[in-house]
Amino acid sequence: MKQIIKYSLLILGAVIFAYPFLWMFAASLKPEIEIGGFSLWSSNFSFKNYEQVFARIPIARAFFNSVLVSSITTLSVVVFGSMIGYALARLNFRGRNALYYLILFTMMIPFQITLIPQYVLMVKLGITDSYLALIAPTMISTLGIVMFRQFFMSIPQALIDAARIDGCSDFKIIFAVIWPLSRPVVITVAILSFMASWNEVLWPIIVVRERTLMTLPQIVTLFTIGGQAEALLGLQLAAATLLALPIIIAYSFFQRYFIDSMVSSGVKG
Amino acid sequence: MKKYKVKYDRSAYLLVLPYIIFFLMFVAYPLVFSLVLVFHRWDIVTPMQWVGLKNFERLINDPLFFKSIINTLTFLLIHIPLQITVALGFALLLNSKIKFRPVFRTIYFLPVVVSGVVVTILWQQLYSFDSGLLNKLLMVFGIPRIPWIVSPEMAMPSVAIMATWKNVGIYIIMFLVGLQNISAELYESSNMDGASRVQQFFSITLPLLNPTIVVVLVLSTIGGFSLFIEPYVLTGGGPMQSTLSAVLYIYNQAFYFNHMGYAATLGFIFAIVIFAVIMIQKKAVEMDPTV
Repeated sequence: MKQIIKYSLLILGAVIFAYPFLWMFAASLKPEIEIGGFSLWSSNFSFKNYEQVFARIPIARAFFNSVLVSSITTLSVVVFGSMIGYALARLNFRGRNALYYLILFTMMIPFQITLIPQYVLMVKLGITDSYLALIAPTMISTLGIVMFRQFFMSIPQALIDAARIDGCSDFKIIFAVIWPLSRPVVITVAILSFMASWNEVLWPIIVVRERTLMTLPQIVTLFTIGGQAEALLGLQLAAATLLALPIIIAYSFFQRYFIDSMVSSGVKG
Repeated sequence: MKKYKVKYDRSAYLLVLPYIIFFLMFVAYPLVFSLVLVFHRWDIVTPMQWVGLKNFERLINDPLFFKSIINTLTFLLIHIPLQITVALGFALLLNSKIKFRPVFRTIYFLPVVVSGVVVTILWQQLYSFDSGLLNKLLMVFGIPRIPWIVSPEMAMPSVAIMATWKNVGIYIIMFLVGLQNISAELYESSNMDGASRVQQFFSITLPLLNPTIVVVLVLSTIGGFSLFIEPYVLTGGGPMQSTLSAVLYIYNQAFYFNHMGYAATLGFIFAIVIFAVIMIQKKAVEMDPTV
């Protein structure tokens, strides 16, 4: 009896968290008049809503923009994060502790205070409406640095010494010796950074007004609240599905990594 | 050996140089410039105008500033208890002897990875008064429809429920990890002392999950003050400014009215409020022996 209650609750939870997504997916394929129903199936399924979305907004271009911006951001966060994390963890230099405290301090600054001045900086540099404006402020992640530093402290010193005796440069030590041993932390930081970049809306809305440079979440947002979807739910849900699908597919392949990354960032952040 | 170290020390500066540049551009400059902005009126096109403390004067007399703080506190007051209860409930279920644990865990975590924009577009339909699925479900059970996002009283609680649905997956896993770290011996020895399940929950489980509860408090508070896309898409800050969030208000001042100076002042004060709220929470949790 107790088991039955337990499983009922667990399944109820699964329905609450999964059904809305399944419904969204089904509704995006339904004609507008059928969308109000609970059913996940309709004999009138078609891609008409998607055709309309593609016809009304440059969503393919936005998809390309998002992939480009998120990929470059992720690569940059991982490469610079490793370099700085390595210096903090394994090298002796003057000001090391001060620098580490500075990084911890940076993590604590609420973005509300820097948001407007950062926008002003973009205006002054004349780079609003550019990929650079979308990428530059997130090229380095302080959380990434802290995670790399922590992981790199556990690498055996003998390994680094041996590489040095072979004449390896610091770059070679980081990327050829330490990286192969640091897959978990590299993947964790990469997933966190990619997800944050892929899902970010506020910053793109602020610095990009040019339609061809908009990111996917940005254009979907403006499509929904601007008049272009004409309050047609099917179109909005189709656009939302296009935005959700890539990350859900990635999640279905790497669930463990996603869950571990998010949970560890919460604990450390 | 010593010679070696000196050689490698120098290259460290090259490695950390990107951070120094990044810090100067995107942290130091904005912080300093924010202090300049709060004393100016500026529409970003014409030259800045020194106004002294006018921005702060205006803020003290601005009902919308206080409204946005009250809205955020309303959000937190509903979001935090709901989040802790739901997360702890599912974590306890997942921690018992069950099959398919990884499957359930994967499903519960799904909303966490999806963009807030998607979640908001989806919930806009669920919350719709006439055709929304939630109200249709209520009517099946003979319960009157709820004006989820059309009434000023319900709108912010509705945003809080939606945010809980989106984020609770993280905390389910965190509580689950916390539960699995509690030694079984503690329960065994208290069994021998004749403690009931309820007593065990309050005297063993809850105190040992305290660190996770603190994380929920802090992250939810930061999240509450960062709310933007949910009200922006769902309600536009309405009805009657009831979902006007801190960041949405900064955004409106800066990009609808071009009040850069006042927007920066709002950001500055909100940052101080966030610190204050988190400090009060930390004190409260540390003092309260039951949490």
